[in-house]
Order: sequence, then C-alpha cells, then structure tokens
Amino acid sequence: MSAAEKVPVRVKVNGKPCEAAVEPRTLLVDFLREELNLTGTHVGCDTTYCGACTVLLNGRTVKSCTLFAVMADQGEITTVEGLAKNGALHPVQRAFAENHGLQCGYCTPGLLMSTVHLLSKHPRPAEKQIRRAIAGNTCRCTGYQNILKAIRAAAELSEKR
Amino acid sequence: MSQLGEEARLLAGGQSLIPLMKMRLARPSDLVDINFLPGLAGIQERSGELHFGALARHSDIEASEVAARIPIIHDCAAGIADVQVRNQGTIGGSLAEADPSGDWAAVLLALDTSVRCHGPKGERSLALGDFFKDAYTTALGPAELLREVIVQIPPKKSGGAYLAFKRCAPVYASASAAVQLTLGDKDTCADARIVLGCVGLTAIRARLAEAALRGTQLTAKAIETAAEAARAAAEPQSDMRGSAEYKRRLVAVLVKRAIGIAARRARGEQVEASHEYVGR
Repeated sequence: MSAAEKVPVRVKVNGKPCEAAVEPRTLLVDFLREELNLTGTHVGCDTTYCGACTVLLNGRTVKSCTLFAVMADQGEITTVEGLAKNGALHPVQRAFAENHGLQCGYCTPGLLMSTVHLLSKHPRPAEKQIRRAIAGNTCRCTGYQNILKAIRAAAELSEKR
Repeated sequence: MSQLGEEARLLAGGQSLIPLMKMRLARPSDLVDINFLPGLAGIQERSGELHFGALARHSDIEASEVAARIPIIHDCAAGIADVQVRNQGTIGGSLAEADPSGDWAAVLLALDTSVRCHGPKGERSLALGDFFKDAYTTALGPAELLREVIVQIPPKKSGGAYLAFKRCAPVYASASAAVQLTLGDKDTCADARIVLGCVGLTAIRARLAEAALRGTQLTAKAIETAAEAARAAAEPQSDMRGSAEYKRRLVAVLVKRAIGIAARRARGEQVEASHEYVGR
C-alpha cells in the first residue's frame, strides 16, 4: 500500500482549536499524544479493553485508541489536561488524590474522565451506577475500593461547588 | 463505494471494525466514514414499529424512552461492552459486522425485525433472518448500506429478556440467550422465540426449545425441557471464554432464567435484567 495522503483534522481540544494533517489511519490517542503532545491520555492495552485512553468527545466518553482521529473532526475533545483550571485541581481529581484512588496512576486519566462523564449525567449516582460507569476502566493496583470511595467523594465535592 | 471496489468498507462506530483491523483480521482497502451522514441516528415509534437509524448508538438506545417500549432491547443496549463502547458503537454497525459474538443479532431475531438497505440499485427491505449469512457475512452487497432497523412492537401480554454472561464488562459474552414470549388465555404461552448468541457462527434460533413452551403454562417442567433443547441446539466452540461443554451448560441456565424474566414481564411486572459479569 502506498503512503496514504494526509488528511486535515480540525478539533477543539480542552477549549483550544487545533488543526493538523494526519495519515487517515492515525488513532485519536496517537493524534493527541504525538501531534498535540497531550501525553496525559495513556495507551494501556490498545485493544478497546482497559480504558486508560478514555477522553470526552462531544461530552461523551470514548476509548481514543478505538477511534480514528478523522472521526473526531469538527468535534470537541476534553482530555485529562483540561480538567484542572488555573492550577487548581478539578473536584474529581481532588477526590481521587484525597481518597487514595490511585497507586501507580496509569489508569487514572481514564478513570477521571469516566467519572466526569458519570457526574455530568448523574450528579448523585447510586452505587450501582458508579460501578457500571467504570466497568470499562481497568485498574491493576487498587482493587477498586478506593476508586469507588473517591467517586462518591467527587459527587459530594461537585455538588458543593 | 461502487468506485472503491469490493475491499472498501463503511465505517460506523468502529468498535468492532477498528479492533479487527488492529489484529489484521480485517484489511480494508479504503474506509468510508458514514458518521457525518445526517438523519441516520434517529429512534422513533411509527405505526406499531420502532425505527432505529443505523447510526443510533447503543447508549442512545439505552437512554431512549421510545426504545424502552420493548424491554429486551433495553436489556441489550444497556449491557453491551462498557460505557465508552456504547457511546460510540452503533446498532447498524453491529448488525452489518455480523460478529458471531455480537449482542444485537440474538435480540432482534427474537423479535420481528427487518432491515432497510440502500445500494446502487435503490432501496430494499430484508427480514433480519435473511440478512445474516454466516460469521462476519451478511446479504449486503459491497456498495450497500444498512440504513434502518425496523422492529414490530410485540402484542399485549408479551415480554422478553436478554441475558448475556461475560467475564467482565468490556469483553464479548461467553454465551447469551434472548427469549420473547406472548401469553394467551389462562397464562398459557401462546408464542415463544428463543435465540442463542455467541454459541455458533451466527445467532441460533432454538426452535425445539420454543416448541417445548408453546401451549404450556410455563411449568417448571416445560421450562426445563426448553432449556435442555436450547442446550442441544447450541453449537459452541471451546476457546478462551470456556469449553464447549461449559458454554452448553451456560446456555441452559441463561435460557431458563430468561424465560422466567420474560414471563414475569409478560404479566406486567417490572424486572431489571441485562448482561451479567463479576463486580457489576
């Protein structure tokens, strides 16, 4: 196969318009990490399993390893870099930090984005909703208990804000 | 698509096709992204039917009050993979991919479903049973698009349930069962449809299991006979999700449970059901 002609991708990432010409096969996660140097979004399994690469596309979580960058054209993307504002952690980040919701931290960006998405739909989630919301995010350190705790705390923090 | 030739593929949500491409199990010459086509993502009720645009995402169907008219559809939409995949994957893409482990085929074959396809020769409608030809193979021509999925709303006193059993949320199910029942006078089973997923090259209609229920009062014995017939109808292969024997046993258990839930729903009870996995 000959080298594919590059195609333009125009997206808004964390509120900032971004434009680049990429090979059509470029995955969204590689576009974010390699083109835009936003390396907070991690590649874990690269097989649509682990959720480390989770970002928000037009307000909904997607696994950015399972989307071509061109599919996000004209879309609005939020990555973990877009959560903190003016040096202050997002309530969800704070809740994870305060409740030991992470150990090695590799899965954390994805879990943060899944939590942000959950709270945008259900500000006061039931336990079952929390579990369903992170079923697509694998953590190999924590055993999930502190993550669940962090998400409950995040819901409270977000309410108070 | 006509110009690009037979190796070109349409790209909808990409949640099956992109993983297959990464494993080099699919190597399309070209991809045509249909996500930007307008008017293909609607979910509507029209004259006794539910109409799903091919690009309706699983999560849209999960949240749709219209789709909730048929509980077995909600069971399926709410449990496919995980939130992220449901936000991106589409009903039309799932059917057109015809993965033997896909969820929608079993559910929609348990209902009266047809698909509307659009190609160079115009539009045509197909019963879903005629749409699936083999694993990863459908009746779609190379330049043909699955445009809409149309499901008849079941008659009164009907109920269905879809149960899929999986090791954890993001993986394909080890086995699944879709059961749709209609009750008649005195709580007898007037009609039954039982379809098995993940245990054959395509979803399998377990007709002997259906026959074991029709005309009965859904006694424990009738349900047992149906579950046994479903177990015999399954054609599973041993793989990393379990041995063939394990999957047969699983099928029998899922069918039994699904019949129970379907019957309760047919009697008007609200029962929650969806995919089952550890930690849910």
